[in-house]
Amino acid sequence: MSEHSIPARIYYLVFATLLLLTLITVEVAFYDLGILTFGVALGIACFKAALVILYFMHVRYSSGLTGIFVAAGFVFLAIMLTFFLLDASSRDWQYQPDSSGFSMVRPS
Amino acid sequence: MSNFHDGVVAHQFDDAEQQKETVNLGMWSFLITEVMMFGALFAAYGFYRFKYPQAWIEGSNYLDYLLGAFNTAVLICSSLTMAMAVHAAQHAKRKQIIVFLILTIILGGVFIGVKVVEYADKFEHHLVPGHNFSVDSPFANQVELFYSFYFIMTGLHALHMLIGFGIIATLVVMAYRNRFSEAYYAPVEMTGLYWHFVDIVWIFLFPFLYLIGRG
Repeated sequence: MSEHSIPARIYYLVFATLLLLTLITVEVAFYDLGILTFGVALGIACFKAALVILYFMHVRYSSGLTGIFVAAGFVFLAIMLTFFLLDASSRDWQYQPDSSGFSMVRPS
Repeated sequence: MSNFHDGVVAHQFDDAEQQKETVNLGMWSFLITEVMMFGALFAAYGFYRFKYPQAWIEGSNYLDYLLGAFNTAVLICSSLTMAMAVHAAQHAKRKQIIVFLILTIILGGVFIGVKVVEYADKFEHHLVPGHNFSVDSPFANQVELFYSFYFIMTGLHALHMLIGFGIIATLVVMAYRNRFSEAYYAPVEMTGLYWHFVDIVWIFLFPFLYLIGRG
């Protein structure tokens, strides 16, 4: 494992990319992309996070064990989010927005 | 303790490599629990965002996205200085470690400063959930819910940064006392992991809170 010396140049490159992506994410938010808006914002954020994890956090230069360990963590996050959203989106109750509060109702 | 300083391998490890990896995996275990905690908050956030899209747009539009973007840039800068501090530690450049760590604290301080200004503004405009919350909207209650998420998520993030300040300040003192060497700099490296994680949380918070419904 050679995390001994990642050249500083790589840090500057990742840093510049992160700033550029921040600019893009702000810029793109002002276009109406309809249903894609959330996906694009999420996609850019995930890409930025991946850059930070791989380079700033050295995972790309660490041992395979570390890589699997980190990846497994995110797999569990994905499991949590997937089952949560499956459950939430498949129930037959709905929230009724009203001015006095929000109440849970079953459709009759 | 002195064992570590000299880069001597503690007796339960085969070699320095294994010791290093163990430290690394320990830190990542902790970070994954953090990922799950913030992940649950994001899940709840997502659920209500899709239930009340209009309220989320209204809530988001009260936030100043320029301040949010500025803070994102500041935090990315602090991540770079943290990475450079670890880089300096790997080469046992004591002065550089101290300078980069202090820069990291300063940049983090700028972030918290902006956050204080933003929070103060929310108090002034009755956007803090509770008795004084009031917005002129048919979805006022749902906007209040958006602000509950806003304060809990950014508050928890800010708390992590404040804890980070304490840890980094400790590292500065340790570096000043010449506690690190080319063989032993694990505390700097692990604090780096923590700080980058906090940066990642903000990378998600920024577009999800500040940039909704601007198009």
